[in-house]
Amino acid sequence: MRLALHQLAAEQRMFWRSREAAIFIFIFPLLLYALLVSVYSQRIKVDGAKVASADFLLAGLFGYGAANTAFAGLAIILVGRRETGALKRLRATPLPPSTYIVAVILSTLVVFAVQSVALLALGSGLFGASAPANSLGFAGAVVLGVACFAGMGIGTAALIRSADGASAVVNVVLLPMAFLSGSFGPRTDLPEFLRAVADVLPLTYFLEIVNGVYLHGESLFSDLGAVAVVAAWGLAGVLVALRHFSWMPRT
Amino acid sequence: MPDPAIVVDDLRKSYNGLEAVGGISFEVAEGEVFGLLGPNGAGKTTTVEILEGYRPRDGGHVSVLGFDPGRTPREFRERIGVVLQQSELVSNLTVRELLRIFAGYYAQHRDVGEVVELVGLTEKRDARINSLSGGQRRRVDLALALVGDPDLIFLDEPTTGFDPAARRTAWDMIRSLRSLGKTILLTTHYLDEAQQLADRLAVISSGRIVRLGTPEELIGAGGSVEIRFRRNGEPVVIETEEPTSVLHELTSQALADGLELEHLEVRRPTLEDVYLELVEEERSEA
Repeated sequence: MRLALHQLAAEQRMFWRSREAAIFIFIFPLLLYALLVSVYSQRIKVDGAKVASADFLLAGLFGYGAANTAFAGLAIILVGRRETGALKRLRATPLPPSTYIVAVILSTLVVFAVQSVALLALGSGLFGASAPANSLGFAGAVVLGVACFAGMGIGTAALIRSADGASAVVNVVLLPMAFLSGSFGPRTDLPEFLRAVADVLPLTYFLEIVNGVYLHGESLFSDLGAVAVVAAWGLAGVLVALRHFSWMPRT
Repeated sequence: MPDPAIVVDDLRKSYNGLEAVGGISFEVAEGEVFGLLGPNGAGKTTTVEILEGYRPRDGGHVSVLGFDPGRTPREFRERIGVVLQQSELVSNLTVRELLRIFAGYYAQHRDVGEVVELVGLTEKRDARINSLSGGQRRRVDLALALVGDPDLIFLDEPTTGFDPAARRTAWDMIRSLRSLGKTILLTTHYLDEAQQLADRLAVISSGRIVRLGTPEELIGAGGSVEIRFRRNGEPVVIETEEPTSVLHELTSQALADGLELEHLEVRRPTLEDVYLELVEEERSEA
């Protein structure tokens, strides 16, 4: 426990000191939110109903932020640390591997929680977005999102062979997923086959959950099917990681 | 007599059917600097990674500080320090920040300021690691391995890629570690390094130990001495185990003929000669 907190503090220090991480992981989703709200008209049509675009996009960018921070960010960081030998070096110290992974995920949770607060502040302060209808559920969604996407991030890190390719691989997954799931705009206009793809993506279901708690005041677990899909993706990542994760450089 | 720090008995390891280590045995005493010397691909790194607990072994018995490194118990990792061959320190933290983080992993650790001083980075203690030179980063590497106050330190090719001045500095540092009573397992493919630093050496070639002993013993084991001179401009080399009588014969003959033995030189083989010969022998047998 003491070690986990020690490592969490170390991870936080490293994260906020790194300009790249702070810009791409922390600032980018906020920037994208501000841009998209300015581009869309005040109200947009989603599944037949008109909603405020500031609200719709806040939920969308919240989901994108979760995937960007926990999935993309974590995968890139872990592959980088593996290939530079940083993970190998850590394995020679008494820090238990499980404690390290827990601390890294907790650090991701802290980053995304701060980002979520910043997103809400930006939305309500500048664009008149609503406050979460179910605040506790919204906080729960922060944890659920990080848990799911961190699992996928660690699993993906285990599959990526080189540090050079990490960023490319991760973005090839992340950006289409965000588009298809409706992070950046309603999916109503998607052709049938793309909707079919979207229907298996974890972000699609995560956004449904987020919309439920954020706009409609539903409980986090009101759609258990959606929660199950999100959890299954996270678990799949963990299983891949348990089988393939390496502390030694691959190249 | 205290138990040896490292006992390796008939260690074996293969990768996909290819034998990397084929039955290696040696012991390292407490407080000893032991060198594993061999060309690239000889099995040095595999051996060391098994001792460090990174890789499982296929066969043989290994004991490091009384532990089986294959089980990598935490108490074991409290007591070893590892300087990796392949590691880049990429960090936006300062030297002291990173050392404090590593110090926190150990139940008992050395004072961070002391370690910084030991590796000669006091002036750079608050500099970001990104801003350090390659040689300075390797010193941070060493500091990270020392901060847990280990009893046993693994140094894998510690000066590869160093310029001559940096190598001298690194050697001095390693000598000062020995004077602290640390046991050191050093792998290197530099002969001068092994000769300078190691109390005893194992020469590894193709996954086997081909010679084991002090640097002096290894040179002595070669036995013969070379006598070189030039006759009519042509170099002459005589290898002999009895240099005194051969030399006497040569010089008295030359005196009688009124000739000068140009460029006369009597030399004992260096470790390099012995090493190259050993590795060559092993290769031609394989």
